[in-house]
Amino acid sequence: MMLGKGLHTSDHSLSGSRSPWSVFHIDPILLALLLLLIGGGLVVLYSGADRNIEVVKAQGIRMGVALVVMLVFAQLDPAVFRRWAPWLYLAGVVGLAAVLLVGVGAKGAQRWLAIPGLPRFQPSELMKLVVPMMTAWYLSRHFLPPTLSRVALAVVIVLVPMSMIILQPDLGTSLLVGAAGLFVVFFAGMSWRLIAAFAAMVSVAAPLMWFFVMRDYQKQRVLTLLDPQSDPLGAGWNIIQSKTAIGSGGLDGKGWLQGTQSHLEFLPESHTDFIVAVLAEEFGFIGMLVLMAVYLLIILRCLYIAAIAQDSFSRLLAGALTMTFFIYIFVNVGMVSGLLPVVGVPLPLISYGGTSSVTLMAAFGVLMSIHTHRRMISA
Amino acid sequence: MPWGEFKDVAAERRLFQRRTMVMVFVVVVMLGLLVARMYHLQIVEHDVYTTLSDKNRVQVQSVAPPRGLVYDRNDELLAENRPVFGVTLVPERVDGMEETLAKLETLLDISEEDMERFQRRLREPRRPFQPLPLRYDLNEEEIASLAVHRHELPGVEVSAELVRYYPHSELTSHALGFVGRINREELQRIDPVNYAGTNYIGKSGIERFYEALLHGQVGYQHVETNARGRTLRVLERQNPVPGEDIQLHLDLRLQRLAHELLDGRRGAIVAIEPDTGGLLALASVPGFDTNQFVTGISVENYRALSTDIDKPLFNRALRGQYPPGSTLKPMLAVAALDSGATTRDKTIWDPGYFQLNTGGRRYRDWKRGGHGWVDLTDAVAQSCDIYFYEIAVEMGVDTMYDYLSRFGFGEDATLDVSGALSGLLPSRDWKRAVRNEPWYPGDSVNMGIGQGFMLATPLQLATATSLIANRGRWVEPRLLKSIKGDRSAEEFLPPGDHSPLELKNPDDWEFVVDAMAEVMHGTKGTARGAARGASYRMAGKTGTAQVFSLAEDEEYEEEDVRERLRDHALFVGFAPVDDPQIAVAIIVENGGGGSSTAAPVAREMFDAWLLGFPGEEKALVSGTESGGPE
Repeated sequence: MMLGKGLHTSDHSLSGSRSPWSVFHIDPILLALLLLLIGGGLVVLYSGADRNIEVVKAQGIRMGVALVVMLVFAQLDPAVFRRWAPWLYLAGVVGLAAVLLVGVGAKGAQRWLAIPGLPRFQPSELMKLVVPMMTAWYLSRHFLPPTLSRVALAVVIVLVPMSMIILQPDLGTSLLVGAAGLFVVFFAGMSWRLIAAFAAMVSVAAPLMWFFVMRDYQKQRVLTLLDPQSDPLGAGWNIIQSKTAIGSGGLDGKGWLQGTQSHLEFLPESHTDFIVAVLAEEFGFIGMLVLMAVYLLIILRCLYIAAIAQDSFSRLLAGALTMTFFIYIFVNVGMVSGLLPVVGVPLPLISYGGTSSVTLMAAFGVLMSIHTHRRMISA
Repeated sequence: MPWGEFKDVAAERRLFQRRTMVMVFVVVVMLGLLVARMYHLQIVEHDVYTTLSDKNRVQVQSVAPPRGLVYDRNDELLAENRPVFGVTLVPERVDGMEETLAKLETLLDISEEDMERFQRRLREPRRPFQPLPLRYDLNEEEIASLAVHRHELPGVEVSAELVRYYPHSELTSHALGFVGRINREELQRIDPVNYAGTNYIGKSGIERFYEALLHGQVGYQHVETNARGRTLRVLERQNPVPGEDIQLHLDLRLQRLAHELLDGRRGAIVAIEPDTGGLLALASVPGFDTNQFVTGISVENYRALSTDIDKPLFNRALRGQYPPGSTLKPMLAVAALDSGATTRDKTIWDPGYFQLNTGGRRYRDWKRGGHGWVDLTDAVAQSCDIYFYEIAVEMGVDTMYDYLSRFGFGEDATLDVSGALSGLLPSRDWKRAVRNEPWYPGDSVNMGIGQGFMLATPLQLATATSLIANRGRWVEPRLLKSIKGDRSAEEFLPPGDHSPLELKNPDDWEFVVDAMAEVMHGTKGTARGAARGASYRMAGKTGTAQVFSLAEDEEYEEEDVRERLRDHALFVGFAPVDDPQIAVAIIVENGGGGSSTAAPVAREMFDAWLLGFPGEEKALVSGTESGGPE
């Protein structure tokens, strides 16, 4: 296997004492936080899935697989990611094109590639890792901060796969892929003036889009997202119900398995994208504070790993992956609590479903790899 | 390798660390925003949501729009809605589904099918707190006994819903179509929001074609319910927008007459107003009671209908594909004149048979001894086969195909008649593709008298006939006349796309129309008996189609077989000749000859439409009788 090049042991790893953690390239702090999150998530899932133990078992197995994936990624030297970034990116774009041309899917969206002999997979999911790798590879080849033209090209690198994913159509994933890439550009030191200009451009383009590009039904959809009460039977239903579930939870919640909203099936998708409403109903504001605290600690640990990473590529990649994880949290909780429009983004490591968990854990594997493969020389 | 070369590593690290601090700030602020949002929902507005959630549950209920009504051209109601009481269960509120169902079974008569359907729906994904129907059409007694036991049956409700009702069920079954319960397939297709409260959807005919128009827009209400789920009061209501009421070209009186004329037989009558293309009558006999399909027909009744030897479910007017026989001759006459295959004056000698080449197969005339010398007018009026054999061979299949397709054969030329079939207009390519054989001259001979491969529906024959009545002006057949609201019918009628059939010599239309008038009024016209004593001039053409489609393994009573092997009787025509008000196509299955069986039916249709309906006259007469002195 070609990736095997990176599977070397920690001869020149940071720690001389060769603790068991460093042998397996594991960051114990991050691992502990993740296990806490996953364990708590399974407990909430049992309630959200209406005590269906099969659902919890299936999720447990997925999380086990995701942990293994994380460990595998942690063994690879960051240099391997860097070396392979352009090729993975190329393969990813080809995969996305194939999805658009011959992909299979359901509900009017094409997301999967069915290659005979292989399990179905979504190239778009892979791009959450590959796009930041590619962008970091490109920008870290030169001096940072990048020049204007390099920023422009980096944005193109991000926009190509992002627009292909929008076409599938999969708004949630394209958002995450786009964010992952743009965070790299931000971390690379794109000038604040440019960021301001970019923001100004978006704020001008949005109304122009509204008046000249968007069709009536698309406008209607946006209006519904902004005001769920206007469509109480359709898209607004989920939001009204999840807000009721959250709000009725109060300070300390109704207790585990006691959530009336979710258990009386008021709340749809109570074990997938809307699971945070179950948690908020049953464990209340305190439960939400704990969840937010665990997430914050994970993010802080990861940003710390990024900050002390040794080369630009590792730093950019680690920073972007961390912020993507944060975007997951913000978009999901924001949507379930009615702050943001409903887009299909799961609550990381808690929502039922395997694909995004595996990608997320792979990202944590990359972070661990970056942390544990530091060389002595520059310490 | 460019990495690390000439780079200010420390500066880059500092830059990154500054950016990281910015991000830490952003993360903390945004997570703070989420926490603030949670605080707002869970602490500040906790009471509001607790009220919503626990003490008094507020629910959003969909309110189904009443379906648009359907009227005939004289504002006679053809499809209305009437309240039907049914029993529904809200599974979330039922204490013990098994016991409740068992209890209900002692109170009501619940069929096995209803129970199975309910159990199936119970397992399917659905909107929470949506009532699931268990049984429909409760009678007074059942409603009363449910009311008595109401307190023992939480989650069980008697609900009224508006259900489609067809007051003239059998008469309109094939013309209107009907609605039925939404099935799983349709569920995939419809807008789940707009159909949130709707249980019925157009399954066929007009009900299906104008579903979007008839359905309306869903409404909703916020209702406050107690902990057991019983509605306490309506807090807010957005009324549904009822479906549009529509008016059809159909004339119920003419439709009824058509049914009466075919009563006891099998057949179809299609009547078109040539000027507008409006379908005045679209009768397929026998019909069936559409009302039993609305709430779900029982397996037993359905089996009875579907295995009935008379095929009442089969829409003969739109989907019956018959050899048109001699009724095709006027169209072929138009084709022959315009293509130059014959002239108005050309005469031929009819010895009673036709041969493609000497010593070859003899194609017979229906009249054993032949017609002697005949010209085109005679050939139409007397239905001389030999003349048409000759011009068919002269024209060849390509010319015939070309003209007949412009008459609308081989396609569904209708605008809003869902389910109409296109018949079969054979061509050289068709025969090559389907039979893998070349087109033989003998095939053309057969096509010349509307036999062979050619198949047409009664609706197509009526369409082609009204094209002759219109002297080539195309008006595609349609059912929708107007919309009772302020929208125009044109907005919803698909546009017609046929260009007029223009002849090199437009007078040829009059010539062919005159020949068709000879059929009715000429001394040797095949339908002169049917036109005797008429106060107006009419044009027509009789036809007889051979039956050869009975499958060998079909087992019928011997008498039935004999009856069902008889020829189909056909007639097409219009009246009055100079100002056509009505064009008809009639087929009486196994009716024998077109002149003896089908033409008199057309005469009655014409008389009713042009002179007044017999029923109305009788009512007038009987009114004077009963009102007058003895």
